[in-house]
Amino acid sequence: MTPLQICLLTSALLFATGFAGAVTRRHAILVLVGIELMLNAANLNLIAFWRFGPNPEALTGIIFVLFSMALAAAEAAVGLALVIAIYRHKKTSNLDEVKELKG
Amino acid sequence: MPIAFILTAVVTLLAAAAAMSLRNLVHCALMLAVSFSGIAAIYLQLNAEFVGFTEILVYVGAIAILIVMAILLTRSGETPDKSVLTSGWMAGIVVTVFVFVLLGWAVLNSSALPQTMAPAPHATVKNIGDVLMTKYVLPLEIIALMLTAAMIGAVVIAYREEAPKTKREEGIPIPPRDSLLPPPSPTGEKA
Amino acid sequence: MNWIVQYLWLIPALPLVAAGIIAVNKQPQRKLAASLAIGSMAIGFLLSLCAFAATLKHGEGAFREVYGFNWLQFGGPDNWLQLGWVLDPLTAVMLMMVTFVGMLIFIFSVGYMAHDQNFMRFFCFLALFASGMLGVIIANNLFLFFVSWEIVGLTSYLLIGFWYHKPSAAAAAKKAFITTRIGDLGLLLGMVWLYAQTGTLNFYDGGKGCLEATALNTMLGAPPVAGFAVVTAIGLLIFLGAVGKSGQVPLHVWLPDAMEGPTPVSALIHAATMVAAGVFLVARVYPLMAAGATTVAHGAPVTTALTVVTWVGAITAIFAASIAVAQNDIKRILAYSTVSQLGYMMMGLGVGGVAVGMFHLITHAFFKALLFLGSGSVIHGCHEEQDVRKMGGLKKYLPVTFAVYAVGMLALCGFPLFFSGFWSKDEILHHAREWPVSHIPFYLGCTGALFTAFYMTRQVALVFFGKYRGGDQESAADSHTDAHGHGKPQPSAHADSNNTPHESPAVMTVPLMILAIFAVLLGVIGTPAWPWFHGYLTGEAIKFDFSQLTESGTLGLMLTSAVIVLTGITLGVFLYGKRQRQTAEEKDVLEAAQPFLFGILQNKYYVDEIYEHTVIRFNAFAARLCDFLDTWIFGGAVLLVSYVTLGLAWLYRLTDEKLVNLGFDAGCESLREGGGIFSKLHTGRVQTYLRVIGVALVLLILFLIWGRKA
Repeated sequence: MTPLQICLLTSALLFATGFAGAVTRRHAILVLVGIELMLNAANLNLIAFWRFGPNPEALTGIIFVLFSMALAAAEAAVGLALVIAIYRHKKTSNLDEVKELKG
Repeated sequence: MPIAFILTAVVTLLAAAAAMSLRNLVHCALMLAVSFSGIAAIYLQLNAEFVGFTEILVYVGAIAILIVMAILLTRSGETPDKSVLTSGWMAGIVVTVFVFVLLGWAVLNSSALPQTMAPAPHATVKNIGDVLMTKYVLPLEIIALMLTAAMIGAVVIAYREEAPKTKREEGIPIPPRDSLLPPPSPTGEKA
Repeated sequence: MNWIVQYLWLIPALPLVAAGIIAVNKQPQRKLAASLAIGSMAIGFLLSLCAFAATLKHGEGAFREVYGFNWLQFGGPDNWLQLGWVLDPLTAVMLMMVTFVGMLIFIFSVGYMAHDQNFMRFFCFLALFASGMLGVIIANNLFLFFVSWEIVGLTSYLLIGFWYHKPSAAAAAKKAFITTRIGDLGLLLGMVWLYAQTGTLNFYDGGKGCLEATALNTMLGAPPVAGFAVVTAIGLLIFLGAVGKSGQVPLHVWLPDAMEGPTPVSALIHAATMVAAGVFLVARVYPLMAAGATTVAHGAPVTTALTVVTWVGAITAIFAASIAVAQNDIKRILAYSTVSQLGYMMMGLGVGGVAVGMFHLITHAFFKALLFLGSGSVIHGCHEEQDVRKMGGLKKYLPVTFAVYAVGMLALCGFPLFFSGFWSKDEILHHAREWPVSHIPFYLGCTGALFTAFYMTRQVALVFFGKYRGGDQESAADSHTDAHGHGKPQPSAHADSNNTPHESPAVMTVPLMILAIFAVLLGVIGTPAWPWFHGYLTGEAIKFDFSQLTESGTLGLMLTSAVIVLTGITLGVFLYGKRQRQTAEEKDVLEAAQPFLFGILQNKYYVDEIYEHTVIRFNAFAARLCDFLDTWIFGGAVLLVSYVTLGLAWLYRLTDEKLVNLGFDAGCESLREGGGIFSKLHTGRVQTYLRVIGVALVLLILFLIWGRKA
């Protein structure tokens, strides 16, 4: 098993963990936590492919990951703001009870 | 190299699993921070030092804290006594298994993966800065714009609404603006 | 063309118009109705006189003029149905008789039906009958003849059943119609066959008519059918119509029952005119019946058809005369007398030719009408009593009626020399004696004359002589309400007590007197000394020759018939005049002497009963069979069709409801369920959506991998 494959498997496992949490846990914030984990897994994937890829000198992977991190941060901020707003409105952070769009 | 890498990976994965499965949300957040740190360590081992440090800065320093803030703001600090799992969680597990099986199978059976390892790159800050400012200056600007928008959006969404100007019933005081407590209901019931 | 021939159609048309005007009048306007009817007949009589005058001037041969016009086109452009009328001596003499006698009877009816509520209806029907009868007389065309014949039959039915609420009257009317219908069937068949053979409907058509020489010769040359020569067969079929209408045996059964109608109806229709129509028919188609005669006896040809006519007439004469001996109803005696005299007329036509039969018809019309009207006067005077056993001694209550009735009775009997019946009956007997085929009709005729004298004397003796036996109030009142058809128990017209008979008013007695005068005077025109009637009909020249009377054959016959008549009268006087019965319930003299024979005669030889048990029963069976067929087979077919339709409709409904609707409903239902299922995907929960995204991701990647591999 090449190091690349180990990295990739790690990132796959991390992604699966994050996904499991996102679709399994009841609390809204934990869904966001899971999403952060998934994003991190993707970043790891990118760095692995940059490192073990053909042309690491171009720094493409690094730049990609930097932008991804910036995005992730912005998304986490907005998402948490949403959770707070929902909490304020429905007095609960239980995702089972937030089903305004049902039907 | 592999031993350290595998160790780090195991720590990261365990922390991530813990982050997703603990009952107390604050513990989850802390485990999340550990997981982020583990990922940063992996980055460092992969010669992406700048990304690793950026990871610590952004994720552990900002996002994890942000998550803790949100937990506090949504009053989810106590350990819940009910189930923490959502309804239909088994379907989610099944889907997760599918996803992981797919990804793993793709990774293991792929013939497109590069076989040889390139020499360690020079991923210095200078190089990164050079590239950012020349080749990727447009995404940079766009990211800046996006961050601005996100910041403004987050503020707008989470902004506490003004108390209504109309007079309420006599004797009930209008709470101050920046209080963390929700305004008392007219009948005095707990929200 | 003579103007009268052109306007001959007015004679039947005027009574028809009168009938129409009376029919559409809602309000009972008796004076209008009576004056219209009598007026139309009077004008008809005047026109008949003009017609008679026209026929008097003629060259050689008899006068005959025909007026025809095209009526209806069918088939090719030259194929026209023609209608028309003929004026010849036969027509003229019948026209005069019918219009004159009819007018007198109409005048009599004004008095007789004065108390009836249905005066208007009566006169409407009378006028309609008169127009039909006159149409029969003038018709030159088989079609017009048949139409008028049927009108006569219809009005006879209407008038017999005039008091229709009486069941016996309604039954009698139906019987008359049906019996004459059987005869009419024969007439129709004969006429159709005649038309088929000759190709023309006209009797006389300038040489082309079906009764003229060319047509007759063609028919004589035709091959025989079923053993009969064509002329004989047609003649017999037409004679069948005459048998029905003139009440010959075996179709005589309706005439006595027809006495249910009012007395003027009996007088007009069943004495003078309608029953005479049958005799007139035979006279009209006489050329056909006489065609192909091999022997000519004493001026009269002998053919098979005429032989049959003679035998039927002779049998009828004796048959009916014997029945009349035992009857107790005053009108019924006269009815059987009419049947008997019609038999004489037919016999006369058969043995002696048109003139002989027609002469007796003319004289009979007058004295029989006189007798019927006289009996009507008697019935009216006795408060609607019709049983002779309950009358008697009316000579002193109804003197005028008695006088005229006696004249009629003597004329009917054939009292020598002064009365017309003597001369006309003698003509018939004279020719019967000369008949080459057989002498039996002569003997039957003589016996019939004896019977005639006997029963008429019996009738007059029982009615006018002796003691009045109609004393009990009950029977008078009962029969009064029955026969008069009022509903009022005691009419106010009879001022005196109910029992006493009274004389009739002048409006009823004056026609009687006029008829009586003619009953005497008409004899003059037919005596052997001056056979004017014979010469008039045949167109021969005649001269007054008194020596004819004293010719041995003629004188011998005159003496023989005189003896027969006097014997009959004496017998009647002896049995009924001298030994008068005292009460109404007393048995008749003859009945006491020969109860069995008398019973048979009184029950009319049980002919009605025989018919009832054979023909009527068969008819009822056939009717039931047809009803069964109609209900079950034809009705069943209709029902079957309707059931099939209903079944199909049920099937369609089933298909529509179950298949179509169900299919449609099932489609809609499945759509709705599908929609319901799909809407379950919208849980509104984020994590569900995430799971779905995960599944979709997996599927997409798999798809991409395998797509790339392929």
